[in-house]
Amino acid sequence: MSDRFRHLLAIEPLTAEQITFLLDQAKPFQQIQRHPLKKLATLRGKSVALAFFEASTRTRISFGTAAMRLGADSMSLQAESSSLKKGESLIDTVHTLEAMKPDCIVIRHAASGAAQFISERVAVPVINAGDGLHEHPTQGLLDALTIRDRRGSLEGLRITILGDILHSRVARSNIHLLSKFGARITLCGPAMWLPRELEQVAPGVRRVFSIDEALEGADVVMALRVQSERLNEPSLPRDEYIRLYQLTGARLARARPEALVLHPGPMIRGLEIEPAVADGPQSCVLEQVTNGIAVRMALLYLLIGGTGGLEDLPNASD
Amino acid sequence: MLLIKNGRVIDPASGTDAKLDVLVDGDRIASVGPNLQAPSAEVIDASKWIVAPGFIDIHCHLREPGDESSETIETGARAAARSGFTAVCPMPNTRPVNDNASVTRFIVDRAAQAAAVRVWPIGAVSASSHGESLAEIAAMKQAGIVAVSDDGHPVANAKLMRQALEYCRTLELPVIDHCEDSSLFAGAVMREGANSVRLGLRGMPAATESICVARDVQVAALTGGRLHIAHLSAAESLAHVRQAKANGLPVTCEVTPHHFTLTDEDVTYDSCFKVNPPIASRADREALLEGLADGTVDAIATDHAPHEPARKDVEFDRAPFGMIGFETALALAIDELYHSGRVGLSRHVELFTTGPARVIGKTRRLAEGEPADLSLFSLDHPWTFRSEESASRSRNSPFDNRPFRGAPMMTVVAGRIAFRR
Repeated sequence: MSDRFRHLLAIEPLTAEQITFLLDQAKPFQQIQRHPLKKLATLRGKSVALAFFEASTRTRISFGTAAMRLGADSMSLQAESSSLKKGESLIDTVHTLEAMKPDCIVIRHAASGAAQFISERVAVPVINAGDGLHEHPTQGLLDALTIRDRRGSLEGLRITILGDILHSRVARSNIHLLSKFGARITLCGPAMWLPRELEQVAPGVRRVFSIDEALEGADVVMALRVQSERLNEPSLPRDEYIRLYQLTGARLARARPEALVLHPGPMIRGLEIEPAVADGPQSCVLEQVTNGIAVRMALLYLLIGGTGGLEDLPNASD
Repeated sequence: MLLIKNGRVIDPASGTDAKLDVLVDGDRIASVGPNLQAPSAEVIDASKWIVAPGFIDIHCHLREPGDESSETIETGARAAARSGFTAVCPMPNTRPVNDNASVTRFIVDRAAQAAAVRVWPIGAVSASSHGESLAEIAAMKQAGIVAVSDDGHPVANAKLMRQALEYCRTLELPVIDHCEDSSLFAGAVMREGANSVRLGLRGMPAATESICVARDVQVAALTGGRLHIAHLSAAESLAHVRQAKANGLPVTCEVTPHHFTLTDEDVTYDSCFKVNPPIASRADREALLEGLADGTVDAIATDHAPHEPARKDVEFDRAPFGMIGFETALALAIDELYHSGRVGLSRHVELFTTGPARVIGKTRRLAEGEPADLSLFSLDHPWTFRSEESASRSRNSPFDNRPFRGAPMMTVVAGRIAFRR
């Protein structure tokens, strides 16, 4: 049995069947979010280490909440309080964390490949909560769950992703995931954030530099956060971005009437998205947050609960 | 005395390619010819081997003084001997930097005590390699340097490059430049391309190197100085060198085994693949192979860059650039150049001997009276490189566990056997 299924490091190596299985596993946990009493005892006695080497609020809280609602304990390491600043290497920090005997390590790190690096050096399952510019697989899964709930299926959708694609791990996970279901994916943003090599990341990806053209006929529109540090290197005037690439109500009208609007957060209203769109009837932003907990509960359950881990996934032997 | 019997002697300087015997007496070659007799000599049966002049590596890092946990002159030289090198040129980015005669003398003295091969140091272009003012180059030349370079960094200031080329012209030293435009480089860890985008690793374009090569060639034309381009990796860079040579400029270049073997598609999160200049595109590799075959490339150089394991066992972004390269250099060349049919045997040997010698103003001949530096190798001996068995103190090779056909068999330095498989 291939041991890459002991971990969730990236969407890229998964098959559509495996993704479908993961999303199906999330369904009962979605229902739990609607109960007045949300806490299970499934993982009582288990513990999850949240190793966040990069600032994050929502993802860390989401994983922590997922663990808590399964009855597991979580221990949290944050970059600010870690010994990394004292010069300790990542591997030493992680080995220390591992010696505290967690059943799973969730890692967020600014370096691409950090989650894989750790998974090759520890004995417990590792979940990638975002590694550098590489992938953010649980975001890809929760986005897919949100889209599938609303549209009934992931097959053959037209997806438009707006913003700084080059530096977005969310975009990469979504591109890999949706491409496996035959989506036609349009990437749109300023040219320096949209190198042509992005079209080689997965089948069915094209680049379009005009937002009007990019939104034409879209079933799903994802707006990415524009990180202010990116605006500074090389400098792109903020107003210029807004003028050319902000997702506005007028522009959204070019998409299909029932088109979904997603945003991974944190969202900067008035920069990448117009407030009326963020709060509008097509917006799925808050559903994404709720679904994030369900997806992460499903994953924790599969990786550290019950009989096995992801090796129980169909077709895991390839 | 050593009598090397029945080897296929390849001497690019004289064009020799024949089954001959080589008799070594003391530290010199006593005779080269058929059916030599020497009853008191140790006889080496070289009937299945190539016998070549000693290889020269004009680009390596021995880390001593200052970073002896990664490599020492002794361990580095031993690793070099295991790939047929009989002389190596360590770059000056030690701690302290080799920018004055006392550091040069330290390296030369250490090598005389401890090194299995000859060590010909390269001095810094600028004081501390900071790129601001010239180092004490004449004094270092007296102490034994064969070239100058601020390797690890480009000579970013064109005026300093001009001064270095002019000054070193009178000292008859080549200026070796690590070509890189630092603004394009900023923050990058690999070559920009489909794989860097997929891995989410910051990429740099080929132009990072070729812009600087183009500038250097123009400064070389302005000064008439001897310019050598280190670890050339991009097709555009090679085009600039080819044009410079066509224009009669004294411009040379080297290519590393990892650049003519790997492409950016091979790069993974394993920090052994992190090297500067980064592993280039498939098209670049193709251009390098052409340049190696057609004579545009003057030398194969390893850029052997040891880093102690703990320093490389980190996130890709944080790992230092560089890979060890001595022990795989010859075998990679046999595989990728000779067995692939791209480069004939004489040219292959030239790239390790007369080519690099010419860059640093030396000659390399396998003939009577010459120093007894010899590289004996097999074109079909099967073996597997294992970095854990390396003579180097470091393990950072992307070729760990790679099987090879063709191997260094014996290295003779000044008449002494420095390595025997």
